[in-house]
Amino acid sequence: MMNPIKVLFFILATIAVLILVEFPYDRDSGEDLEAMQQQYGQEHIPSVDHQKLAALKGPFTYPQEVTRQCISCHTERHIEVMQSSHWNWEEEAYIPGRGITYAGKKNLLNNFCIGIGGSETSCTKCHAGYGWTDAGFDFTEEENVDCLVCHDQSGQYVKDSGAAGYPAGDVDLALAARSVGIPTKSNCGSCHFYSGGGNNVKHGDLEEALLTSDRTVDVHMGYDGVNMDCIACHQTERHQMKGQLYAVSSMNENRATCTECHSNAPHRDNILNEHTIKVACQTCHIPEYAKVNATKMSWDWSKAGRLENGEPYHEEDEDGNHTYLSIKGEFVWEKNVKPEYIWFNGTADHYFLGDKVDPAEVVQMNTLNGEYNDPNSQIIPVKIHRARQIYDCELEQIIQPKLFAEKKGEGGYWKDFDWDIAAKLGMEHVNQDYSGNYCFINTEMTWPVNHMVAPAEEALSCTECHSRENSRLAGISDFYMPGRDSYASVEAIGKLLLLASLLGVLLHLTIRSISWMKERRNE
Amino acid sequence: MRQVKIYKSFERFWHWMQAVLIGFLILTGFEIHGSYEFLGFRNAVHYHNAASYAFIGLIVFAIFWHFATGEWKQYIPTFSNLKAQMFYYLSGIFHHAEHPHRKTELSKLNPIQRLVYLGLKLLVIPVMVTTGLLAMFYRYPHAGEVNALPIGGLTMILVIHTLGAFSLVAFLIVHLYLITTGTTVASNLKAMITGYEDLEEEDEEVEELLQPLAARTRETRRGEVPSKVAAVLSQELTAQQEG
Repeated sequence: MMNPIKVLFFILATIAVLILVEFPYDRDSGEDLEAMQQQYGQEHIPSVDHQKLAALKGPFTYPQEVTRQCISCHTERHIEVMQSSHWNWEEEAYIPGRGITYAGKKNLLNNFCIGIGGSETSCTKCHAGYGWTDAGFDFTEEENVDCLVCHDQSGQYVKDSGAAGYPAGDVDLALAARSVGIPTKSNCGSCHFYSGGGNNVKHGDLEEALLTSDRTVDVHMGYDGVNMDCIACHQTERHQMKGQLYAVSSMNENRATCTECHSNAPHRDNILNEHTIKVACQTCHIPEYAKVNATKMSWDWSKAGRLENGEPYHEEDEDGNHTYLSIKGEFVWEKNVKPEYIWFNGTADHYFLGDKVDPAEVVQMNTLNGEYNDPNSQIIPVKIHRARQIYDCELEQIIQPKLFAEKKGEGGYWKDFDWDIAAKLGMEHVNQDYSGNYCFINTEMTWPVNHMVAPAEEALSCTECHSRENSRLAGISDFYMPGRDSYASVEAIGKLLLLASLLGVLLHLTIRSISWMKERRNE
Repeated sequence: MRQVKIYKSFERFWHWMQAVLIGFLILTGFEIHGSYEFLGFRNAVHYHNAASYAFIGLIVFAIFWHFATGEWKQYIPTFSNLKAQMFYYLSGIFHHAEHPHRKTELSKLNPIQRLVYLGLKLLVIPVMVTTGLLAMFYRYPHAGEVNALPIGGLTMILVIHTLGAFSLVAFLIVHLYLITTGTTVASNLKAMITGYEDLEEEDEEVEELLQPLAARTRETRRGEVPSKVAAVLSQELTAQQEG
């Protein structure tokens, strides 16, 4: 006969083994992280102190004079810059169905300020150069390279608005020139934080708060964390930055990835590691973006043009974000936004000028490719910016309107508020036909969210996705996910089986009880 | 009546471990399935996987034991008494008819039990183990990377695993009830706990036959003439019962 204590011992021993096997799954090794923290915690000591260089004494009247001084020592560096997309605003790419393309900010459209065509003087405020005012800009003129925008450490070098990349008049060029160093967050941020015409308008995960916030906002860039600069990840070799943005890029190349530092299996828990085959790190580690300041989620151009007493005006929400601008239309801003999720394999297509659109459908300004069955695809978090923008309802093409103009009467929409003329001039500028009939159409643009990585303890828990209700991945339905998915037929068969067993047993028990009672009465 | 050790200690250990593990696998499995929240999804996944290792370990021991002792023959299906057994459950049991199957240590299972348990052993459990292992190892870390088996997804695998789980719960419901249908309400349960059950007195002839047979069974454990003897035993016994 078996001792009950023995039985208990067996059961407890089994449970103990289970616990021992599984207990460590939540522990983090932490060693690699420490090494990285040491690596990035070291200050860079420059080999040249530019403060001591006579050539940079100044004074300088034009920024090109500074560039010439830079080139006089760094004799080949400007060539590297002139091969980069920071200078060319386009890159060569193969897109299936289109062949070899040359696309970038130079010729692609978006659903924010639409495109640079006809408005270069305003848009090229963020060009790493000087003087790009129209299609005639000479991309081989080396002295027009703007070294300072990336390398200035004096903090007072600012590019002016509507000045084709020239600095503002009160900038001390010599001071800027003598301060040069390795680019920091504020250099990159001076353009990348303000794209779309204001802080955090476009990205949602790149904004000026990253200069001052702690690691809860961005674990890499927080001042109380490793305080990394952009180029720590966007490593730069010969002025070619690693990393690209699929608002303009198309190919699966030169991507800055988390795994370069963290590897594909950074978790102690292998079940988490196994997720990386289909789920990008960002998906779990960026629970939300726009954590400090709001970002623009939608933009309705069709509402633009309302005037008060013949003058443009604006409306603001309580945080000071423009909710309406006569020149641009109506906006919706959001803070602490949960990303949307899509499959992405690293390749993208774009709306190219001249592409036909289907008025019954939402136009995709960029299309990020991917699906479950594609071994290169991962689920990534994205911001989807939705807009209503001008298109040619006869030729069924998105219109590039001329927005910016120096003065009234030049046809720029922002001065004259006449869509027809702006459309005609803009389309002429980009060598496209315009029928004279314009309407507005809904468009979407997809922005991968890669920044504002949260500290590990704030990463998504399993049930954010693995749940029947409110799964974050509710929109991705091309695969079966435990906890989220169930088939009505399987559930029905299962429940029927259980119900039948239960009812059968109960029925049997009832009949048995009745017949027993009868027997007992008979006795 | 005579007290007979009908379930040996390993058999009882195996049975109860199996009960605990299957119960635990059902509990955690349906949480992973999204049917309810109890331990937390992540814990449920880890405990489910850990319990499955323990279960597979138990299965290995059980298979060894069944072959080493020849007990696997208890599960050879027999159709001779099947109808009678069904009829008993559907009618006879209500007016204390005699069990059509006479339980002995050499034939512990009635024809329905033989069929159902064999189905569990040969179909349900292997399917659950296979689909479960595929779900666990479909993706696996390898040399710092994560690889995947080229099976194109888990949909069918998990659907089968889920259906298997439902059928195990259904089995459990019926099984728990049928425990109460022994000689007395508690006799089956008691037998599985203590190992001993009061079995009906055999006819003298059978008793005589059984004594040497039982001795020969013990011999088979030493691996001398296992399969032949077991076959003879089984035949003789069936003949006795039917006669």
